[in-house]
Amino acid sequence: MKQIKTIAVKEFKDYFISPIAYIVISLFLIVTGWFFFSTFFIFDRADLRDFFSLLPLIFSFIIPAVTMRLFSEEKNVGSYETLLTMPVSFTDIALGKFLAATMFTAAMLIPTLSYPLFISLIGEVDIGPVIGGYIGAVFLAAAYCSLGIFASSLTRNQIVAFIIGTALCFTLTILDKLLFFMPTSILPVIEFLGAGSHFATISKGIVDSRDILYFVSVVFISIFSTHIVMHEKN
Amino acid sequence: MIEVQNLTKYYKDFCAVNRISMTIRKGEILGLLGPNGAGKTTTLRMLTGYLRPSSGTIKVNELHMPEDVLKIKSLIGYLPESAPLYHNMLVYDYLDYVARIKGISDKETRYDRLLRLSELCGLSAIMDKPIADLSKGLKQRAGLAHAMMSDPEILILDEPTSGLDPNQIVEIRDIIKRIGKEKTIVFSTHILSEAEATCDRIAIINNGRVVADDTTLNLKKRVQENSLIRISLRGADPEKALALLKTIDSRLEVTLVDPVEENLVSFEIRSSGDQDFRSDIYLKIKETDWIILQLAKESQALEKIFRELTREVA
Repeated sequence: MKQIKTIAVKEFKDYFISPIAYIVISLFLIVTGWFFFSTFFIFDRADLRDFFSLLPLIFSFIIPAVTMRLFSEEKNVGSYETLLTMPVSFTDIALGKFLAATMFTAAMLIPTLSYPLFISLIGEVDIGPVIGGYIGAVFLAAAYCSLGIFASSLTRNQIVAFIIGTALCFTLTILDKLLFFMPTSILPVIEFLGAGSHFATISKGIVDSRDILYFVSVVFISIFSTHIVMHEKN
Repeated sequence: MIEVQNLTKYYKDFCAVNRISMTIRKGEILGLLGPNGAGKTTTLRMLTGYLRPSSGTIKVNELHMPEDVLKIKSLIGYLPESAPLYHNMLVYDYLDYVARIKGISDKETRYDRLLRLSELCGLSAIMDKPIADLSKGLKQRAGLAHAMMSDPEILILDEPTSGLDPNQIVEIRDIIKRIGKEKTIVFSTHILSEAEATCDRIAIINNGRVVADDTTLNLKKRVQENSLIRISLRGADPEKALALLKTIDSRLEVTLVDPVEENLVSFEIRSSGDQDFRSDIYLKIKETDWIILQLAKESQALEKIFRELTREVA
């Protein structure tokens, strides 16, 4: 437990030592800010629904960029060897890195809290969906971070890790938008597998245990797969 | 302390380590010696639990790999080749992080430990520098501090002196010798003189097999002494001296070489067998009015073993 914390804190600090953190956060804020506010005054609705509906798509590109270095860089530099020969288990390493990435994405969301503050100045904001939306965003971020970490554990090349990660996250994002291609018999299954519908329910302010379970399952499966990859690769 | 039985590692079809067995006793400094690509690094990586052996067993202090791998890892301090550390961290931050991971959770203890290690490894002046800015020798010393953080009973060092300049090599060797008084140390090298200077015992590895494993002294005894005597004379006539030296014994092979200094005449005298001819040479020269400025015997035993045992690759 202590070691998970040590690794998570170290990785989290690492983001802010290098310029990556600042670049990714700026990029995220510019993209979300632009897409959200460019249509905000046209719709003339005092809520964050459009912001949250954008998140899965933006996250599926931003988060793999956050997670791509976590394993790939260590493998490339060789520090992976020093890390693995210290008395830490594979699970501790994977969980530590996962927590660091999730904390980082959560930190990235903090500046966006100014959006509801700003909107509340010009209209009545229903606080429920906003809180639900942020909770959902953290769960979504956790799920995508775990997928990104799995992608990073597969290769020593950060670009390859980014592409695999994006492909995985993007698939989950668009799965429930491709339903009309699927045979009707497996429709409910495919819809359940996609991240979109689960995130949509939470961001409406409805916290359903099935949606929580979905995100937790994605995290569990990805971290477990990462563990298997780490085990098999040596 | 460490018991290795029939350790084998295949990379796909390539057999990097082939049924190595050895026992490493407590307090010993063991040198793994071998040409590049002999399987030294693979062997060390399996000992540290980084690589899983294809077959064979490793036992450390009655703990078995892989069941007790975490316990074994906490007994071992490991410095990989070329010390791959986190480049973006400061030396202090890095060592502090390592201390936390190795379970030194108390702040005071951690600080004391860092202070002691920075003195031992000569890092005091560079604790506030990013690792990326360190020279190779300093990086190696930071790596050594990393390996010794938890005061482990066993230290495994992979080519700790490769790529360093002569001064740094001597420094690292001194550190190894100093630690080696209390700890068990296994280190790999492809430099013969280094193994000879630092190790109690040498295991020579070639093509993934242990081809020799003995104390440094015994290894030297194993081959028949093939000694080389160098002699330099002042005031001698080269022709006459050559003739005179040849009369000492018929088994001697005397060759005139370029003198080490001006106005000197130098010879190399090779002899087979373990008889020492130095006193005979001295007595012979004493009869003349030449002055002996140098009379030294070099043993080439280890080099000869090494070359014989590892010849096929070269």
